[in-house]
Amino acid sequence: MRVWISALVASVIVGVWGSAAVAVDVRAAVLRVDYPRLLPVSRFDLRPDDIGFTGAALADDDNNSTGSFLGHTYETVTRAVDPDEADAALEEVLSEGIRLIVVQAESADVMRLADRAAEEGALVFNAAASDTEIRDTECRANLLHVAPSNQMMADAVAQFAVWKQWEDWLLVEGSNPADQALGEAYRRAAEKFGARIVEARSFEDTGGSRRTDSGHVLVQQQLPVFMQDTEDHDVVMAADATDYFAGYLPYHLWTPRPVMGSGGLRPVTMHGAHEAWGATQFQTRFGKSAGRYVMPEDYNVWLALRVVGEAVTRAETAEPDAIRDYVLSDAFELAAFKGQPVTFRAWNGQMRQPIILFDGRITVSVSPQEGFLHERSPLDTMGLDQPESQCTAFN
Amino acid sequence: MKTLLLSTALVALGLSPALAGKAFISNERGNTITVVDTDTWEVITEFDGGNRPRGITVSPDGKKLYVCASDDNLVRVFDTETYEELPTLPSGPDPELFILGKDGKRLFIANEDDNLVTVTDTETREILAEVPVGVEPEGMGISPDNKFVVNTSETTNMAHFISTEDYEIKHNVLVDQRPRFAQYTADGTRLYVSAEIGGTVTVMDIDEDGAPTVVDTITFEVPNVRPEWLQPVGVRVTEDGSRVFVALGPANRVAVIDGETLEVLDYILTGQRVWQLAFTPDEKYLISTNGNSNDITIIDVEAEEAMRSVQVGQAPWGVATID
Repeated sequence: MRVWISALVASVIVGVWGSAAVAVDVRAAVLRVDYPRLLPVSRFDLRPDDIGFTGAALADDDNNSTGSFLGHTYETVTRAVDPDEADAALEEVLSEGIRLIVVQAESADVMRLADRAAEEGALVFNAAASDTEIRDTECRANLLHVAPSNQMMADAVAQFAVWKQWEDWLLVEGSNPADQALGEAYRRAAEKFGARIVEARSFEDTGGSRRTDSGHVLVQQQLPVFMQDTEDHDVVMAADATDYFAGYLPYHLWTPRPVMGSGGLRPVTMHGAHEAWGATQFQTRFGKSAGRYVMPEDYNVWLALRVVGEAVTRAETAEPDAIRDYVLSDAFELAAFKGQPVTFRAWNGQMRQPIILFDGRITVSVSPQEGFLHERSPLDTMGLDQPESQCTAFN
Repeated sequence: MKTLLLSTALVALGLSPALAGKAFISNERGNTITVVDTDTWEVITEFDGGNRPRGITVSPDGKKLYVCASDDNLVRVFDTETYEELPTLPSGPDPELFILGKDGKRLFIANEDDNLVTVTDTETREILAEVPVGVEPEGMGISPDNKFVVNTSETTNMAHFISTEDYEIKHNVLVDQRPRFAQYTADGTRLYVSAEIGGTVTVMDIDEDGAPTVVDTITFEVPNVRPEWLQPVGVRVTEDGSRVFVALGPANRVAVIDGETLEVLDYILTGQRVWQLAFTPDEKYLISTNGNSNDITIIDVEAEEAMRSVQVGQAPWGVATID
């Protein structure tokens, strides 16, 4: 294995600046599984054909610019496949000698692909799956999570609600397993930060018609009915991982209250209007290359490959184990347009990062919120913390 | 009568009788330049500075003001006396920060969106060179002997040492995350590079040939301020090298560092989100731009204390001063 490394270990180039630099050629892959999906509630959330891949192209540009001063090169191949083609696509990537793989897929597929990749000594970055379990009881030593978990996202929202002193929550959950898993994350967040779920309601996914020409008329009539006769609450928390109802909640409640979670104020890793901490430059570069606004999954893939780039730059190796060791060490930190460096949790391979709270137009706030303290890092107030982690693969 | 004669003599010598010093502040979101009298600390005027003015500097004779108008993709030039706009200089796209050669003849400009440093002749108004650097070039420092320009690239995390003779990069030094500013000491033996997200200032010794060696990394700590808010940006060093001042962004403080021991001696409270710094030419005062409180803080350099603040335009970014 590691064909591409052997070729370059011997070749040491001496830069014009005098100090010896080790030539490293880094090859990576982005493997995206495209699932059959219903249309999103909002057209703004349609998945572009190049989702994730444009993030990869930008990361290659960024990494190659840096690499040009160090004798490092980066090349990332991209594969978009149907669910039943995912395993074959991974085999193909592995057979090309690639051992650094970013995966955009659902949890079950991520796990299966990561396990197969582990047999070949490959390091896998999860750029999309949010289930908490794959960071916990089901964690894997060769699987690093750039995408935040449901729990990180729920905690980010919860902190803002508690900061606002909106502590009585009405939880509205979807009826699909993914919605309920997200609902569970909000329950844990409420308990963690001292908020109360005064009532929980389930919004049945009956597969009804949406986005029809008269859709808004029905929404306007039906949702208030669903939302009446509730316990007194400060805020509505929506858990709709499937994206079929939460987008309709704002302005259609019985009791006028803010909506947060899957609708209204949403937790995201990045959005196309985020400008703080130099992000304007990131937006400009992304827009120039993609011809559209960045979506969270683009950012996640970009970030995963920037993690690789930073590790290669500092550790001067493309060897998967060495990259893993470096990014899990205290020495690793990376600027990601979030106002503080992103790092990894050494106990389960989850990236620590601030979470942006987005109203669909601008950054409303960024969690962790002021006053939520942690002995290690305020970022560890969001998501699974070490004492509660059941992950043992990183011990 | 004596005074009148003196004034006349000064005019004859080509010197302005109005000896009040001035500070020029670029207001990034207000698209204006605020002019402040550095004797009375009153705002004299505010004039149109182009779209998204950021980097700002003055010619060695104090007569011309150069402003990076980032969204206009050029450098705007103004008369420091009349505030009249003079012919613009080409800068390459998205100029953010620049530095003027010691003789005032060349402007070295960081093009943030295009990973370039553009070199522009200030007299012929022609581009002399484009130097490819790392991703998101920003900080620009120049060695006192005029031989090297140091550019910092924010996403590549390097300081690039560019020769001013052949415009080739001679040295690259990896520093901490998101380097924002590079500042030489007046004797040219030391260079300070701030890293905003890394939260550090890298200290390099510079040898006779201009080659750098990293000798130390300065870190910051303020009680009751979250460590991630300590984001070093602007750096200025006193002429004698004894004090280094570092603007700490959202920590709303300027750190005072002993140039000998490299120990942080004190933190001076300023306005909100302090980014860039400039001394008055007599080095009596240090001015900080505070982007979120729309003001500047005037620091008494000898006392190492904030003296007062002055409201300027919207989102002040950079500052330059003249006698």
